[in-house]
Amino acid sequence: MNIIPEKNYLTYPKGLKSWLFTLDHKRIGLMYLFAIMFFFLVGGIFALMIRLELFSPGKDIVSADTYNQLFTLHGAIMIFLFIIPSIPASLGNLILPLMLGAKDVAFPRLNLASWYIYVFGAMFAVYSMIAGAADTGWTFYTPYSIETNTAVISLTTGAFILGFSSIFTGLNFLVTIHKLRAPGMTWFKMPLFVWGLYATSIIQVVATPVLGITLLLLILERVAGIGIFNPALGGDPVLFQHFFWFYSHPAVYIMILPGMAIISELISVHSHKKIFGYKVIAYSSLAIAFISFLVWGHHMFVSGQSELAGMIFSFLTFFVGVPSGIKVFNWVATLYKGAVRFTTPMLYTFAFLILFSIGGLTGIFLGALSVDVHLHDTYFVVAHFHYTMMGGTVIAFFAGLHHWWPKIWGRMYNERIAKITAVLVFIGFNLTFIPQFIMGAHGMPRRYYDYLPQFQGMHELSTYGAYLLGFAFTIMAVYLIHSIFKGKPAGNNPWGGLTLEWQTTSPPDPHNFHEVPVWTHGPYDYDKIKVTPDLEKELETA
Amino acid sequence: MENSGTFWLPRAASTYAADVDGLFYFILWTSVVIFALVVFGLIYLSIRYKKRGKTELTAGISHNTKLELTWTIIPTLLILVVFVWGFRGYMKMRVVPKDAIEIRVTAQKWFWSFDYQEGINSVGELVVPAGKPIKLLISSRDVIHSLFVPDFRLKMDAVPNRYTIAWFQADELGEYQLYCTEYCGTEHSKMLGKVRVLSQGDYENWVNENSQLGQGLTLEEFGRQLYENKGCMPCHSLDGTTKIGPSFKGIFGHEVQLTSGETVIVDENYIRESILNPQAKIVAGFQPVMPPYQGILKPQEVDALIAFIKSLKE
Repeated sequence: MNIIPEKNYLTYPKGLKSWLFTLDHKRIGLMYLFAIMFFFLVGGIFALMIRLELFSPGKDIVSADTYNQLFTLHGAIMIFLFIIPSIPASLGNLILPLMLGAKDVAFPRLNLASWYIYVFGAMFAVYSMIAGAADTGWTFYTPYSIETNTAVISLTTGAFILGFSSIFTGLNFLVTIHKLRAPGMTWFKMPLFVWGLYATSIIQVVATPVLGITLLLLILERVAGIGIFNPALGGDPVLFQHFFWFYSHPAVYIMILPGMAIISELISVHSHKKIFGYKVIAYSSLAIAFISFLVWGHHMFVSGQSELAGMIFSFLTFFVGVPSGIKVFNWVATLYKGAVRFTTPMLYTFAFLILFSIGGLTGIFLGALSVDVHLHDTYFVVAHFHYTMMGGTVIAFFAGLHHWWPKIWGRMYNERIAKITAVLVFIGFNLTFIPQFIMGAHGMPRRYYDYLPQFQGMHELSTYGAYLLGFAFTIMAVYLIHSIFKGKPAGNNPWGGLTLEWQTTSPPDPHNFHEVPVWTHGPYDYDKIKVTPDLEKELETA
Repeated sequence: MENSGTFWLPRAASTYAADVDGLFYFILWTSVVIFALVVFGLIYLSIRYKKRGKTELTAGISHNTKLELTWTIIPTLLILVVFVWGFRGYMKMRVVPKDAIEIRVTAQKWFWSFDYQEGINSVGELVVPAGKPIKLLISSRDVIHSLFVPDFRLKMDAVPNRYTIAWFQADELGEYQLYCTEYCGTEHSKMLGKVRVLSQGDYENWVNENSQLGQGLTLEEFGRQLYENKGCMPCHSLDGTTKIGPSFKGIFGHEVQLTSGETVIVDENYIRESILNPQAKIVAGFQPVMPPYQGILKPQEVDALIAFIKSLKE
């Protein structure tokens, strides 16, 4: 019988103040988790309103201006307040120090500060919704963003502040990974989740300042008319696009690399099999991080950018594709001669592999210059983006959440319901976005409030899918919250993982470990170490 | 979705569209094969190696150099093919034939305006002869827009203070949908247009008709024609319903309240100013969103519009 330790990080110390001033990475991670899930809900509600409006041509529920604000807020919230902090700040904070065998991150106070900065930035974003929500799209393209009379400044100020939160987390993780690894844990004995977060942190620290500068210049342009982006003052609106994508393309790797990191971990643990191509996966994360800085121009093939620039950006873009593809092959090959468990985290991992493959392969269409001219700014791009960011990162996030949930709370959710929900999420997601590929290829432009009747059938399907997805996420919220209070104690090592977070109690002690753990084996040595998952012990002894 | 076209793509109506489609299908089918391999591998391996019985040690396979080289080199070669093919197709779109007919395209919120070498202008409809290369010299008068004709696989941004260039040649007569694909505000999704491809003879007739636009018509009739063709109609009703802008019904000679609090009588000078420089006086309850028509309408056309508005009694 598994028991939950009486003294753990959730129960000790007690009181609201002990949470608000906590320096414990696990509590900060949990506070991040609640904050990002709140914004996932808000962004999700906006998405459902968008899909309802698009159910038929013409006006359904909101005006054109409101619709434009809705898709702007949906994008800005999902990206800046949900996906970017999702895996690193919540699961990363919760798990990374445990995985390294450390007591905490390197700078616990900076860690707490980053959470408060996140909340502060989020308040600006929320304020902007009340003060006439921005209608620029999450990309804030000039000169539209200069002349619209909506709340562009408060939203961009929010994103500017959120950037610091992101930088602090990245910096903290870099130092933590360099300095706080358990004795014996050399670089190539680190779990791949750590490698993924390491690559992510580099991009966060290096690229985010560029976004900060860009948004600051945009604010100055609006307030003081400095004439850098405003064509009426001799500025160059396309320069803004260069600046913006110089951050925002690496940013999509800030979003996907942690997702890949989770999948590398889970595919091995849930098949009790050594990961295939450890070094290749680790190096390809670094390669992706590096190349991601050199491909921003592929967002601008029809912006009037020169043909030479277009050619170079197209060429480099394909070389981000190769390491991503190799990772997928490695993950599938890992299953060979393993002992595959069809657990909930594993189902999400499989969903990731399928959806991310579609997202990656459709990226090839968009990297090819001539085909991109046709597909640029259509629903094809919208669908591609959602397959990588939602089918990739968000699905990986839920895989990780289900994987570490019993560690975080010490209790298990109902696996039966969870598995059914995973299937519903998978079906709902595809129903939402496959029609978008088709209508996009037929020329349906993105960010359209109204559309021609020929696209109605596809829009209807997409809306049905979105509501199925919304329904599935509602069930997920219910069973996860239920499990916090009523779930069965999960045991210290429910899945039979070999990494260090499974060697402490569930939930962990406030100080993680009673003694400094020593790392004597590789993270995936299932050929050398036999470990029976706590969840399977009863079955095996029966 | 459309009557013509395939499951994946709309009809291919420009000279370079077939090349784009060829690459599209090459990527599509290559992707389908790779995707099928991944999904098959996933399903087969996960079922074949499903955990049965007690927990045991598993095989310590950590890598396989030959296999890994294979799945690195083959995709690399494939994407090199895609890159070169895409670039060559792109250059076909970019290099304008020397004998191309040049048409100036001006985008502004929320309509397209086309100026032809014959000195004529059309709004919302680009009319071209079949079988001739057409060069588009594109710019914007306000924010960034993007000209998109799916059937031609043609897209190019319209940027303020800068010319961008695109070209196409359509060999089949017909009407083709034109969209704005760079988000530009409230009426972005209404910023549509048509490309009408005519035979050489019909094109010449069209040019002739339009060079004599207004001839043989009364000023009022000409004004109505302009109202319908120059982008007034989407925003200003004739029956008193309020759209983006005030209705024209019975406004002439009446007093209107402005956002500044002043009132003004709707007379010839007020209408003229409101057409050429609409931001100067905004009627209370409306947004300052109308584009200036300075440089788009000729003096005679402004006169005709004024005469038309005058004629709309209550």
